[in-house]
Amino acid sequence: MGVEQKLGNMGVVTTTLESVVNWGRTNAMWPMLFGLACCAIEMMSAQSSAYDMSRFGMELMRASPRQSDLMIVAGRVSKKMGPVLRRLYDQMPEPKWVLAMGDCASCGGVFNNYAIYQGVDEVVPVDVFVAGCPPRPEALIHGVMTIHEKVKGESFKQYAEKYK
Amino acid sequence: MSQIEEVSLDKFKHLVSERALTGETMLLNMGPQHPSTHGVLRLLLELDGEIIVNCIPDVGYLHTGIEKNMEAKTYQKAEVMTDRLDYMNTIGNNLAYVMAVEKLVDLDVPVRAQGLRVILTELQRIASHLVWLGTSGLDLAAMSMFLYCFREREQILDIFELVSGQRMMTTYFRPGGVWRDVPVEFEKAVRDFIKIFPKRVDEYESLLTKNPLFLDRMLGIGKLSKEVALSYGVTGPTLRASGVDWDLRKVRPYIGYEQYDFNVPVLTEGDTYARYLVRVQELRESMKIVEQALNKLPLGPVRSENRKFVPPPRSEIGVSMESLIHHFKLWTEGFPAPKASIYNAVESPRGELGLLLEGDGGPKPLRVHLRTPSFDNLAVLSQIVKGHLVADLVAILSSIDIVLGDIDR
Amino acid sequence: MDKKLEPIVKAIQDKFGAAYEEFRDEVHLFVNAEQIVDALTLLRDEQNFELLSALTAVDYYPQETPRFHVVYQLTSLAKNLSVQIRVPVNGSSPKVPTATRVYSAANWRERELLDMFGIEFDGHPDPRRILSPEDMEGHPLRKDFPLGYEEPQFTFNFDEIDLRKPYAKE
Repeated sequence: MGVEQKLGNMGVVTTTLESVVNWGRTNAMWPMLFGLACCAIEMMSAQSSAYDMSRFGMELMRASPRQSDLMIVAGRVSKKMGPVLRRLYDQMPEPKWVLAMGDCASCGGVFNNYAIYQGVDEVVPVDVFVAGCPPRPEALIHGVMTIHEKVKGESFKQYAEKYK
Repeated sequence: MSQIEEVSLDKFKHLVSERALTGETMLLNMGPQHPSTHGVLRLLLELDGEIIVNCIPDVGYLHTGIEKNMEAKTYQKAEVMTDRLDYMNTIGNNLAYVMAVEKLVDLDVPVRAQGLRVILTELQRIASHLVWLGTSGLDLAAMSMFLYCFREREQILDIFELVSGQRMMTTYFRPGGVWRDVPVEFEKAVRDFIKIFPKRVDEYESLLTKNPLFLDRMLGIGKLSKEVALSYGVTGPTLRASGVDWDLRKVRPYIGYEQYDFNVPVLTEGDTYARYLVRVQELRESMKIVEQALNKLPLGPVRSENRKFVPPPRSEIGVSMESLIHHFKLWTEGFPAPKASIYNAVESPRGELGLLLEGDGGPKPLRVHLRTPSFDNLAVLSQIVKGHLVADLVAILSSIDIVLGDIDR
Repeated sequence: MDKKLEPIVKAIQDKFGAAYEEFRDEVHLFVNAEQIVDALTLLRDEQNFELLSALTAVDYYPQETPRFHVVYQLTSLAKNLSVQIRVPVNGSSPKVPTATRVYSAANWRERELLDMFGIEFDGHPDPRRILSPEDMEGHPLRKDFPLGYEEPQFTFNFDEIDLRKPYAKE
């Protein structure tokens, strides 16, 4: 921000309210503890010692949708699961983001049939799609970083328009 | 999208006790989204205070239509579906499928390919048991187990990545052999793993096996008798913990398991702790098999030379017209299988993984049925949780080691 | 065929007049729907087939009589043997007596067949769908049920598929 040098060692910085709020949101983005299929195992790998997602303030997976900000749809969404997934999404408080992890959640993947939604965007709005079957933990972390970039660019004006 | 259905008690009247109808006992939904159901499983519990009177599992939240989809693909292309079936045991599923196809069309497999299959299948069994150990530790509040187990699992996944290029969905086994020979680094990677792993199992055991908190949660919980287990079709470690010595690797050896010296751990208690002990001992036994198979691994071809079923190597296509024709025919049309049906079963980490494969004379299967072990193992849950606390249900559920992809298919 | 299996096959053939088929050392016996419970009881109690390994069906559409084969794969742990019993069922209102009283494992497997093939099991204690949603129409694993394939989204059909994804634009 460049003002520190001018002010000396006073421990004061100036910035906009928007960037402080977005900074807070990106650094404590709690995902929902919710796995569907194969990708959930890679999501667990991303949480575990080798990849350690807690470096990004995300070690806390919340089992309750009421306490989470990010829904990682990790796996294929069946016709029976779709309504449940939508209800979970509706229970999450605003602001919320959705990450479609893997090919099945993004576009149906190899399961082009009667039982699977061809992309979870038929059920909930998606912010970031991560390709791979299943994506490597690095790919998931990259997807999360992409969401962080998106959040950093959000403004109050957008929110005001969205929830008018 | 259809809405969530309104559930009335009438639908479950015949499954709950009389007291539920008067409101004396409580009905509680556990799942489909619940941290300790290991996926998307819904359990409808009838509770008297904290004691479970009845448990009605509701599966199908991950129903993928894998069987139908496999019937719409040729024999080679259907194999990718089996990876995604039981996602902890991807290589074992490949094995069950390729063995069924080989049996149906009567195809030979070179000895080196069989040795590689044994090594990778047993490594996959270890990886699967590690995920089970980590997550069931997590369910019983032993958080560090999860971190330790996934550390070793990463090492196994690195070996898979080395041989196939993928961490989980390898599709490395093909009808007639394996995709290609392993790289030179393979042996060192497996030897490194063999060197450290037994010490790591000791480390896990020192954390759990005699831990009084762990014993309190496990001993005498969820007793499954031999008779009930057999009647419900329970197989695998869950059956062996109830005192039945039945391991398909031992009683009906396939891919050369008869050459290796290993024990099948059997315990008679049938409770959650016995199931834990059986699986931990299996980790050590699998390690023994990997070591022997690696020592015995012969040199030679890794794919059958039968060009009616196995595509030629890339190097031949440029120089031989016949190879080009075989390659083209196999990848466009596929190979025909006889109009007959076979059933082939292998021992997966969860039990008997059977495949009923029926050909109709053409290049696509008429029927693929996957006899998945978790399906039957879960069906017995409602019998063994009666009279236990809700907290014990979590321990029991993790001890029978279900994978929802395996159940719902 | 395994030597040990011969007397068992003969016993079933004599008692139920079962047809018999063999392929790559696997034995298939064909039993009528009315006699299946008796045949299973006999195999379990007298011949030690204590494990019902698999219970499934095969659809031979468009052939109508019989359209389905209900397949019982039995395993004997004591004798280390396997045998497959098949019950031919006609296409119009297929019905088989339930095997739940012989093998408890049949309970969920028969629910699966009801769900996937529409084969009803007489006397089943809990005849509900198991894998599909309750409000689903049709039986997915029947051959006349479409796979439900969706075209990949390209420029020429972009709008058509986009219409099905109302939440994608939020």
